[in-house]
Amino acid sequence: MAASIKKKDGGPGTPAESGEAIQIEGLHKSFGDLEVLKGIDLSVKRGEVVCVIGPSGSGKSTLLRCVNLLEEPTSGKVSVAGTEVTDPDVDIDRVRRGIGMVFQAFNLFPHLTVLENLGIAQRRVLGRDKELAERTARHNLERVGLTDKEDAYPAKLSGGQQQRVAIARALSMEPELMLFDEPTSALDPELVGDVLAVMRKLAKEGMTMLVVTHEMSFAREVADRVVFMDEGVIVEQGTPDRVVGDPQHPRTRSFLARVLDPAAAQLPE
Amino acid sequence: MNRRLPRRQRIRLIRTAQYGVLVLVVLVVAMAANWGEIQRAFFDVEVAKEQFPEIVTTALGNTIIYTVIGFAFGLTLGLILALMRLSQVPPYRWLAVAYIEFFRGVPALLVFIAFGYGVPLAFQVAINQYVTVMLALGLVGAAYMAETIRAGIQAVPKGQMEAARSLGMSQPRAMISIVIPQAFRIVLPPLTNELILLTKDSSLVYLLGLSLGQYELAKFGRDALNQHQSMTPILIAGLLYLVITLPLGHLVRRLEARTAKAR
Repeated sequence: MAASIKKKDGGPGTPAESGEAIQIEGLHKSFGDLEVLKGIDLSVKRGEVVCVIGPSGSGKSTLLRCVNLLEEPTSGKVSVAGTEVTDPDVDIDRVRRGIGMVFQAFNLFPHLTVLENLGIAQRRVLGRDKELAERTARHNLERVGLTDKEDAYPAKLSGGQQQRVAIARALSMEPELMLFDEPTSALDPELVGDVLAVMRKLAKEGMTMLVVTHEMSFAREVADRVVFMDEGVIVEQGTPDRVVGDPQHPRTRSFLARVLDPAAAQLPE
Repeated sequence: MNRRLPRRQRIRLIRTAQYGVLVLVVLVVAMAANWGEIQRAFFDVEVAKEQFPEIVTTALGNTIIYTVIGFAFGLTLGLILALMRLSQVPPYRWLAVAYIEFFRGVPALLVFIAFGYGVPLAFQVAINQYVTVMLALGLVGAAYMAETIRAGIQAVPKGQMEAARSLGMSQPRAMISIVIPQAFRIVLPPLTNELILLTKDSSLVYLLGLSLGQYELAKFGRDALNQHQSMTPILIAGLLYLVITLPLGHLVRRLEARTAKAR
């Protein structure tokens, strides 16, 4: 028990022995008989931006959701900033405070205004007073360029605005690490740019980011490393120029061909 | 009919027949009924005058009080039952299901009779009448409200809980701050309907045994019926129920319209 108590104190805020923000070893995840992740090893360094690409159903989102334990891994080890989140004794709520997550469907709280969306976890989880919570919220709304929307309800905002509010909500918890789960996939094409611009800025500021995305140009421009996944395994990874620009594996090549030029896709004979 | 009529003519014929039937029924009822007797029984102005103001100040007032305290207790218990129904711990689920199935399946009348006899037997000390009323009405109402609230909680998208948890909220905190407030928005119209049903069920409270000052509308009306040998008080009591339930019904429709717009 003594060991577990010690672990609860060590959130992601404490300095880890290694420089790894995320360390994943031998991660397996099955839903019933369906094995979605078949042994993933991946590490993300502090300040690094890693984009995960791959066809739908390849397990990218599940991998991301295993990092903050929205999905419970079947086996394997996941550590965030030195804290092993897969340890059953770890205080997961405490670890999650330091991990911001942005969802494909935004998941803003529809019964709260924008300012309340950004404030509620600060107050209920971090115990901040109303004044500090609102100050932090306004600061982060400014970072995503939505200062004039603080009293709006989410339903009144466009998809792009909602997703930027969702990013600001995650940032208001002052996380060490941000997870993005296909953040632009539910957006109309003309709204994608604003969200990507915010993410680009975050990357430049040195935020550690693990991003599941279909935006190849974003991955090429912003990522330090691109990971290509298919059928529950990492097929190849490396710098964007190498993985996107000069893919080695035939599966990567055929995926990229389909994504980069969808009109040229051919039906299988 | 061999020869087919033109479409317009056929429609006109059917319409005429429909109105004809309606007029016929009204005429038969109007001529067959004894209107003099009905007026004496239901619209006796003298008897009507005598019912006021007590039928409003005492009876209507008590109906509202009983309904409100029964609803408040039923809503609280209903929320607890709904959460038990969704619990990860199987015995809680079984208990909630057993409770809900029992109280939904048994006539409220029987519950009230059992309560009227059972409570004085079980507790030798006198229990406040209002507490008994609150328990009896609430216990029955809670079974219906529990199912409504459970449906509401399950109607909140899963992503809401995930977003709350990923911000570091515990499961209970996320439930209280994020899921339940949204669930209540969703179930506001059906809950208002439960309130209307409860208003009418409050007429069963007489089974618990009440003193004169505690009469609600239905009991008050029946008492006056016996006293005056006139249905007039019953008619007035019925109208006073409508004074409560019609605005509530209107509210339900407005809430439903608002929910439909928000989606």
